[in-house]
Order: sequence, then structure tokens, then C-alpha cells
Amino acid sequence: MALTYDEVMAKYEPVLGLEVHVELNTNSKMFCGCSTIFGAEPNTQTCPVCLALPGALPTVNEVAIESTIKIGLALNCSIAPFSRFARKNYFYPDMPKNFQISQYDEPICVNGYVDVEIETDEGPKVFRIEIERVHMEEDTGKSLHVGGATGRIHGAEYSLLDYNRAGIPLVEIVTKIVPGTGKYAPEVAKAYVAELRDILRSLGVSDVKMEQGSLRCDANVSLRLIGVETLGTRSETKNVNSLRSVERAIRGEMIRHAELLNKGERVVQETRHFQEDTGLTRSGRSKEQAEDYRYFPEPDLVPVAPDAAWIETLRAALPERPSIHRKRLQEAWAVPEKEMAAMINADVLNIVEATVTLGADPVKARSWWLGEISRIANDKDVAIANLPITPSDVAEIVALVSAGELTDKLARQVIEGVIAGEGKPAAVIAARGIKVVNDDGALMAAIEKVCAEQPETAEKIRNGHLPAAGALIGAVMKETKGQADAARVRTLLLSHLGQGE
Amino acid sequence: MIRNSAAEMAAKLNAGDITSVELTQLHLDRIASVDTDVHAFLYVNNEGALAQAAEVDAKRAAGEKLSPLAGVPLALKDVMTQKGVPTTCGSKILEGWRPPYDSTVVTNLKKNGIVILGKTNMDEFAMGSSTENSAYGPTHNPWDLSRIPGGSGGGSSAALAAFEAPLAIGTDTGGSIRQPAAVTGTVGVKPTYGGVSRFGLVAFSSSLDQAGPCARTVLDAALLHEAIAGHDPKDSTSINAPVPQVVAAAKSGDVKGMKIGVVKELNGEGYQSGVRSRFEESLELLAAAGAEIVEVSAPNFEYALAAYYLIAPSECSSNLARFDAMRYGLRVGDVDGASAESVMNLTREVGFGREVKRRIILGTYALSSGYYDAYYGSAQKVRTLITQDFNNAFEKCDVMVSPTCPTTAFKIGEKSNDPIAMYLNDIATIPVNMAGIGGMSLPAGLAPEDGLPVGFQIMAPAMQDDRMYLVGAALEAALLSKWGAPLLSKIPALAGA
Repeated sequence: MALTYDEVMAKYEPVLGLEVHVELNTNSKMFCGCSTIFGAEPNTQTCPVCLALPGALPTVNEVAIESTIKIGLALNCSIAPFSRFARKNYFYPDMPKNFQISQYDEPICVNGYVDVEIETDEGPKVFRIEIERVHMEEDTGKSLHVGGATGRIHGAEYSLLDYNRAGIPLVEIVTKIVPGTGKYAPEVAKAYVAELRDILRSLGVSDVKMEQGSLRCDANVSLRLIGVETLGTRSETKNVNSLRSVERAIRGEMIRHAELLNKGERVVQETRHFQEDTGLTRSGRSKEQAEDYRYFPEPDLVPVAPDAAWIETLRAALPERPSIHRKRLQEAWAVPEKEMAAMINADVLNIVEATVTLGADPVKARSWWLGEISRIANDKDVAIANLPITPSDVAEIVALVSAGELTDKLARQVIEGVIAGEGKPAAVIAARGIKVVNDDGALMAAIEKVCAEQPETAEKIRNGHLPAAGALIGAVMKETKGQADAARVRTLLLSHLGQGE
Repeated sequence: MIRNSAAEMAAKLNAGDITSVELTQLHLDRIASVDTDVHAFLYVNNEGALAQAAEVDAKRAAGEKLSPLAGVPLALKDVMTQKGVPTTCGSKILEGWRPPYDSTVVTNLKKNGIVILGKTNMDEFAMGSSTENSAYGPTHNPWDLSRIPGGSGGGSSAALAAFEAPLAIGTDTGGSIRQPAAVTGTVGVKPTYGGVSRFGLVAFSSSLDQAGPCARTVLDAALLHEAIAGHDPKDSTSINAPVPQVVAAAKSGDVKGMKIGVVKELNGEGYQSGVRSRFEESLELLAAAGAEIVEVSAPNFEYALAAYYLIAPSECSSNLARFDAMRYGLRVGDVDGASAESVMNLTREVGFGREVKRRIILGTYALSSGYYDAYYGSAQKVRTLITQDFNNAFEKCDVMVSPTCPTTAFKIGEKSNDPIAMYLNDIATIPVNMAGIGGMSLPAGLAPEDGLPVGFQIMAPAMQDDRMYLVGAALEAALLSKWGAPLLSKIPALAGA
């Protein structure tokens, strides 16, 4: 009999622990000059160093160190004046050296925190997630196990190895244990990963794409009876590839643990794999026998000793915290929460902000990016940022509309032209001959022509049936090839038919 | 001609008395003639060497400015990668592997026009003191073919003593350049750690490994030292500072007023009498040349050997993990249905020799959780203490000296079943690696009781490698004037010669 979440919460308190791996977006790998571009032919982005050929030696990518320090600073960590790389020794075919260069007891950033705000029964509440460490390491290659039923190495007929990913810089961000979240544990975990993703994106150090694996979350959770101090046995869930999955995985694990504990069984300390389709996890590698990685300081690399002044320069150049930034924009623009969320989800907040900075009205800027331009991006199935239209183009269009030189309808044509590669807004307007007809004489001629063509409708309006005006306005707009200002047409039409306000 | 020093050969090349192709061919002929007995080489690169020599000759003919050793041949220890040339490290596990890249040392050799004759034999992965641990059979000491030529770089030292090459590259993790030099009557220098790039040196123990020059004279070693040394951005541990002026020091040999510290702990009991008498004689000659001999103490050196046999195996257990049959080298047991794990296991079982396995197991154990602090951790502390001993001693003297090893060359097979006795051979050389400083061994004469060469070791503070060359050159000159001819002129003729 499956327990409900409320039944779990009546008896147990969850304790979280989150480990996030972030692929940095450096041009070259962590310890060699190979390219990091995603999706190249297998084994084309390799060299003696990342293939671990005998005699090859690693050298540290300075940009990766800088990115890691920025991450540490943004997460309120102390930056160690002296830190070291260590070797984590274990055998696996996709690990070229059969050790991973990582950091062990001397990580580069320690003791930070991230505050996340979530909606609770008592209103918005801030939870502080303490960060234990942020350290650097290298990614492994990729194995493709062919022929087995499970896609795992056991039972596979053969395995293919691609070392393009071997040596891609990774940063691991590890929280301390997170107690005290109560029933909000799944939401807090999700909010934390979301906040982390936003911070990393604002720093520009990673693509932070969970679905592509450039941001991976291992979600640890354990339960203990309410009021008990001792920690329960945790499970570690991998393969959590979206924010929603973080929440689902933790909720699912909490229920699974509670069911075991209620039956008097014990939770096995193990790695579990999240299944996107069922929302459940399946058992992976047991961690009952702690694996002995025989860590020792990496003798091929000198310690990392960042200059204190350099750290301060990096600190001074940190961008505003995304959550604070959002709050500030929301207040300045007077945007409702829902619209703010819509902009964040559509990933247009920065573009809208840039457009507003160029003088556009926030409401107008938002509606163009979120409306027409988002629609085109969806149709073309490309990211909005990759469309060939810039904040300055949109700011220019907004300005033309408010100056009365474009109507909304014409503005859409201009946007379409810019995206189609016809040039900047001014060029599109010139080339397409787009202009608002605001010569009353020309409009009156069109109005008279339309009234003559549709005398019955005109008569209805004369008799005070104003809703009929729409049809004639439409006809006038058609007559003027859409270049008229519809509001002006209405005024002129009504006054022509004796209904002037 | 082949008995000349490298500097003399270079002078003759410059004078046009001989071409590099001719000089290279003479050495290739010598190898063909004597190496069946000596077995210094694992691979002789006839075509490659002659092509390289022809290139140097062409440049010389075109009037290009060449570096001092351009056109002179050299033997390369098989632990260094050279593009397209087999590199085995004396191990079956790398049989047939041809590296796709040059080590920085090889890049520097090529840049200097130094002709690489081939790859020399060594203890497997540089683990050993006799070259008996080579998977391809031992090298024989040209002084007495029944004896070891030292190790791990016995191929390089034997090649020099057998006049198969006037220059060689060695690597020294615990004495693998200096001990072979000592037992073959040649000169070997382990530069300050970081002085010569390790890029392309197949790692045994990364924090101890250091490549260096091997030669028959102190000046030749200095010339080769300057050719291969210098900062390399591909090696994070490479020193970013100017190379010490070792050639100038080797040419000067002026030790007047220098303080030479005799290490109390590296003498006396356990040292063969002929080793001691030659050492004492060398001290007298240096004193006569104007140096002041003082005694210094290094109380922690007695722990050096034990600490070394924790640190070096620990690092090797990790460094050698990459030999897993996945990407290069030997692959055993790759039959239908075999798992990656079983292929790895079988390959390592067949591919690694006994000593290598012994050290991998030792190191794996020393790094295990629960044992780390007691073994690897303590060994690192000893390392710090040894460095402090050196620092304290160097307050009282400019260089420190000792016999290079306790005995002359032992018989092949004599110690191969007693690892501890074998390890003790490196007791005087290991502290230098532990502290990362420089060390040189040069011939001090023959031990009266067995007529075999004795080595004299000079140790200098980090980045003061020139001091070793000053003292070495002074001692070499004093001994030469005493003997009237270089020590190697006394070496018995080889059957093939």
C-alpha cells in the first residue's frame, strides 16, 4: 500500500544533500589544448594528454580556474589561497589515465551559501543552503555499450569509447547537509538547482543545459524520524536531467524510503538512477562498501595559489545575483509575478532588459519579445537569442510605433523582415515601402470610396449602430494596404457618418 | 674517433675533418660490432639517425649557425618518447608502441642537431638498479660483461663506456643516472627537479623523475645539459627561470675558496673499502685545488630509503594504471565474450614484470585509506625533513659530496632475488631526488680490490647546478693529470672491437 506524501511527512523529516556537476564553457579542455565543442565526430578532439599516452603531462587551463573562482565568489565561498589537485584512482575503460584529476582535501572554494525563496503555506520563505565546497575536476570519456539489454557494460557485446569528452572541465558544487526543509524539501531542492543555474548563467561560465548534461544534479536524501538527531541512510539519485525531475526524484525517494522504514527494512546506501517516464528510481551501484579511491596530491601539477588582488578584481566584477536582479526589474517595470515568470521561462529577460535599456517602454518591449518574436522562434524551432534580431532593432521599432510612424500591424511586418534577413528596421521599411498613411485627405478618399461600395453598412452606422464600423474600417485598411492608422480611420469614418464623439 | 669526447667530435665536425653522417656511421658500426655482447640498445634507428645527420651536414654546408653539439650522436633512454620510434620503457606492455609525439627533450635534441642513434635498455619502467629488470634481457657492463651496468639507465651508461655513443640521455628517480655512471666510469647528472622538462618522459614517480645528461666528460655533460634544459609550458613542474651557466662552470673548474661538505652519514660502514679510498683521494685532490673540506651532517638521510620506497611505488601505482590495453600497447585475452576487466587483468598480468608488480602492489597498499597517513603521509614528512637537512648543510658548505654508491658493479644475478640488497645500492643517491636538488656522479678511479670504477657524487642546492660542474671539472682535471689519461682508456677491449 503506497504511502501518501502527507503520511510520510507526519512521521519523518527529510535531510537533503545536493551535488551539482557543471561543465564549464571554456574553449579548451581542463588539462590540454583540445577543443570542447559538443557533438564532434568521436575521438577527433583528443591529443596525447587527454588520451593519457605514456609520457604526456597535464597543464592547468587558467580560464577554468578563473571560472571556478567566480562561481565560488558568487556562492559566497572563501577562496583558498592555496589549493591542490588530487588523483582519484579507479579503473574504467572510458577513463584514459585510470585516475581522474580532481580536488580532494584542498578544494579551491569552501564554506559558502545560497539563499532560495519558495512559496510556503505561511507565504514566501527563505531557505539557506550551505555550500561545503566547490572544486575542479575533469570529465571522463563516454562509453557506448552495444548489444546488451540494459545498455550497461555487463551483458554488452562490445563497447565503443569516445574520448572527446575526456578532460572537459567540470566544477562540482557540494552542499552541506540540508535539514529543516520539512515537507518543502523537493521544492527547496528544485529552487536551489534553479538558483544555481541562474547564477552560473549570469556568470557566463557554463551553458547550464540540464538536458545536454552540462549541468547534472546528484540528489541525496535520507529520512529520520521527527525529533531524532541521527541521520538516516541516504540514497544518491543520478540522471536527474531537469528541474522538475529534481523535485520528482526527491519526492519519490522520500516515499520509497518511508515505505521501507515503515516495513522495518533498511535503506540501502546506493546510487539510484532516475527514470524520467515513471518518476521512479532504479537501483545502481551499491555504496555500502565505500570505494577506496586512494586519493593523493597530483604530483604533475603545481598547487593553485591565486593572487589575492586578482580575486578581488573578480569579486568586484561579479554580476548582480539573478534573483535580486529579477526583483529589481520586477519593481522597476511594475510587472506582475506571472509575466515575470513567463519571461524567465522563455529566457527573454536579459533581452527585454537590454531593449528597455535602449529606451523602449518595458511593457512594449516585453510584449514584442514574448509575443511576436517568441512565436517566430517557436515556428522556426530556434532559440530566441539565435534569431537575427537584436534588442536595438526592437527598441527602434517600439520607438517608431509610439511616434505613430508604424502601426502594430506594420511593426510585425518590419520584425518579420528583419528576421528574414532583409536588414535593419529602417532598411526593411524602405525596401518594403512600409509607411503609415496619415494624410487625412487620402484616408477620406478611401472612406468615401468604401462607404459608396457598402451603402447599407454605412447607413447602419449613420443610424447609430456603431459595431458595424469594424467592417468598414477593415475595408479602409485593406484599401490603404494596411498602412493606415486604424484609430485615425475610425475617428474620420465616424465623423464622416455623423457619429463623431 | 669514437673514443673522443663529444666536444672534440663537435670541434672536428666544425673544422670539416669529418661529417656528421660519417661520425654517425662510425657509431652505428660500433653498435653493430659490440652490442650483441653489451646489449645497451633496444632499438637502433639506422635510417633515422643517418637522415638526421645528413640534415645537419647540409645545414653546416649551407653555412648555417649550428649549436655546439650539432651533428654529434647520442643514445636515448627508452623511457623518452620519440615520434615514430618504438618506446618500450623496457616493458612488454608497451611492445610495439610507436609514440605519435616527441618528448620535449627529443624536441630540444633535434633543435640542437644532436643525432639520436636509438633507444637504450633500462629496468622496466625505470624500476631497478641493474637493468636486470628489463623485459628484453639485461645490459652488460663493458668493464666486465658478467657485471651489471647499473640501473635503471644501464643501457645509456654502457653505451657510453662501450664507445657506442659519446652522449646519452638518462632519467633519475632515485639514482638511475648517477649509479650507472658510477659503475661504468662515466659522468651522469641529475639536474634540479624541474630543470629539464618531463613532457614525454614516461612517468615512474612524477615527483622524483628527472631527465639529465650522461657523457664521458664533465664538459660534455654540461653541453648536453644546456641543450636539453629550460622552461617548458607543457610541464607544470618545469622551472621558469634561466638555466644555470653549467658550460661556463665546466670550463672554469675553479674551486678556490669553495666549501665542500662531506656527508657524515654517507660514508663508512657498508661502503666498500676501495670506494672509500677513492673518495678520500678525491677529497685530497679537491683540497689541493683550493677547496675547503668540511664535514656536514644529515641525520634524516637514514630514513630516505624507506620513505622513497613508499613515495615512488605510490606514484607508480597510479602512473602505471593507464596501461590497461584499451588504447595502446599489449592486449591479451581479447577473445569473444571477454570483458574489458578480464582483458585489463590478463594484459597487466602478462605485460608487467615482477619488480613492477611488486611496486604497484606496494604503492596501492600505501595509498589505501586507513594506511595513507602511516605510509604515504609519513613518507612525505620525511621528505620535508630531508630537505631541511640539505638546507641546514648548505648553510655550511657550497656543495655536498659522498660516494655515489656503496659498492662497485656487482655480478648479474647476484642481487636479483634480494630486493632490499638491491634497494640499498641507491642509499646515497635517493636523498637528492627526495629534496629535488641536483646531483652529479663522475669517475673517481678504480677500486684497488676489484679494478672496477668508483663514482664520486656532488650535490648542489636547487637551481645551483653550475656548482656541481665547477667541482666536477676541478676533480676531473686533477684526476686526469694524475692518471695521464681518462679512466675509460683502461677499459678492457670488447671482443667485437
